[in-house]
Amino acid sequence: MSVVFKNRLVRWIDHRMPIFSSLHHEMYEYPVPRNLNYLWNFGFLAGLMLIIMIVTGIVLAMHYTPNTTMAFESVERIMRDVNYGWIIRYIHMNGASMFFILVYIHIFRGMYYGSYKAPREILWMLGVVIFFLMIVTAFIGYVLPWGQMSYWGATVITNLFSAIPWVGEDIVTWLWGGFSVDNPTLNRFFALHYLLPFVILGVVFLHVIALHRFGSNNPLGIDMKRPQDSISFHPYYTIKDAFTIGLFLIFFCYFIFFNPNYLGHPDNYIPADPLVTPAHIVPEWYFLPFYAILRAIPSKLGGVLLMGGAIAILFVLPWLDRSPVRSGRFRPMFKWFFALFVINCFVLGYCGANPPEGHFILISRIATAYYFAYFIVILPLLSVLEKPKPLPASISESIYQPKNHLE
Amino acid sequence: MADKKPGKTEDNPEASRRDFLVLASGATAAVGIAAFAWPLIQQMNPASDVLALSSIEIDLSKIAVGQSITVKWRGKPVFIRHRTAEEINAAANVNLAELPDPQNDKERAKKPEWLVVVGICTHLGCVPSGQKVGENRGEHGGWYCPCHGSQYDTSGRIRKGPAPTNLPVPSYEFIKDNIIRIG
Repeated sequence: MSVVFKNRLVRWIDHRMPIFSSLHHEMYEYPVPRNLNYLWNFGFLAGLMLIIMIVTGIVLAMHYTPNTTMAFESVERIMRDVNYGWIIRYIHMNGASMFFILVYIHIFRGMYYGSYKAPREILWMLGVVIFFLMIVTAFIGYVLPWGQMSYWGATVITNLFSAIPWVGEDIVTWLWGGFSVDNPTLNRFFALHYLLPFVILGVVFLHVIALHRFGSNNPLGIDMKRPQDSISFHPYYTIKDAFTIGLFLIFFCYFIFFNPNYLGHPDNYIPADPLVTPAHIVPEWYFLPFYAILRAIPSKLGGVLLMGGAIAILFVLPWLDRSPVRSGRFRPMFKWFFALFVINCFVLGYCGANPPEGHFILISRIATAYYFAYFIVILPLLSVLEKPKPLPASISESIYQPKNHLE
Repeated sequence: MADKKPGKTEDNPEASRRDFLVLASGATAAVGIAAFAWPLIQQMNPASDVLALSSIEIDLSKIAVGQSITVKWRGKPVFIRHRTAEEINAAANVNLAELPDPQNDKERAKKPEWLVVVGICTHLGCVPSGQKVGENRGEHGGWYCPCHGSQYDTSGRIRKGPAPTNLPVPSYEFIKDNIIRIG
């Protein structure tokens, strides 16, 4: 904390408003475990992606018109007439997918290394809040171009609320501002799509405050105990994050420049038509696992509840997994169930992308059962049944004598 | 903080490889950020569909002598006046030394009977009156700005009031005898 700045103006400001001291404290000398692997870079990348989405989104809002008669044309005008509009829209459109890729890896990393366990429960729950807000923001953002998939996606998803007993229909009418998805719906979705990213930014800020209370978890899942267990954030992790930004941007640019519509649906280049539903409607890829859960249940209310529950259950994950060991490396049984959980999510996604017929129904039911069993049955049971491997005494010791503990 | 700074020092007379890496990656990042910022700035400039509408063609054959019309060009009013002989004479026979913004009428009108000016007062952007019959045209028979009392003559030149310069003449050309293209 006792940093002395050379610049006198900086000193003058910092004495009155210690913004430079706190930046120095939180982004320079902030101690980080020295043994982080590359999976720990995804949170930083997700933060970068949020900024890219906000910047490109504000620019797109300068040209977009939230009116059913003009929305589709205004997006096409962005693509054709606005200077560099095509690249800005492709960044924003593919950015949504990139954001979810980064965040899914970030979530899986937290689940494998037990980053949700004490004392990081609030950090984890704030992350789930961010994830939930991202889902809402991505969904209403997808409605804005007012293509066929926008319109029918909006219709199907808002209709989920009609499953609520007694008041469901009234809630749907309230969401729509009418008797179908129409101009009032589009207009309010635009307002909310502009608002929510800033709400996400605020929660990200809280997420970082909670993170910095105890610092990052690490692949060993043990606490930092001695100074030699950690290194300063700058320059060691700033340079590591910068390196992965470069790698990530190459991956991102492939989609922007060479395959911009790969992750979307061609049907969304047909203007919305309230009288014709496309033959095969599917949500964007990042919703497919949840969509599969929705369709696996042969009951309207049940499907909606389980789909919501699939996200809500993440909130209580810290209390379902009672094992005292954080990292999956030292949990011989857990790691296999976790691997199966990850595969299971892909299976759900695959089922969600296919029509709900034949064996896809059976597979998605089994996968849905495993998804919930993982949280409700397997993790609580493993907490009791599993005998974890011995943990290394400290992070630095495991680095200097790697063979003794890592295998 | 106590780290030895990389670079040329007494212990280290050569610039280090780290210096090269820092400079090279810093330069790459700066170029990358600039390349990202450029489209974000350029998108606010007029789009292709706006530029496509930046010139208009007007048929003058329906405008009688003494009559004025107002057309919209690039979102702004353009005054086109079919001047009478008296108006042309009034515009031509002016001692240029008396004008706040001296300019010969011949420089302002490609054909003496047609005056084409942007109808926005050069003071603070109001639209002067004088286009319609019976409107106040000021003391010099041109236009009168109701906002702050600037007066323009029959050549659209400022004669009295706070406006600093003459009404600007847009770039235009006669593409036929009685059709002009503005812009």
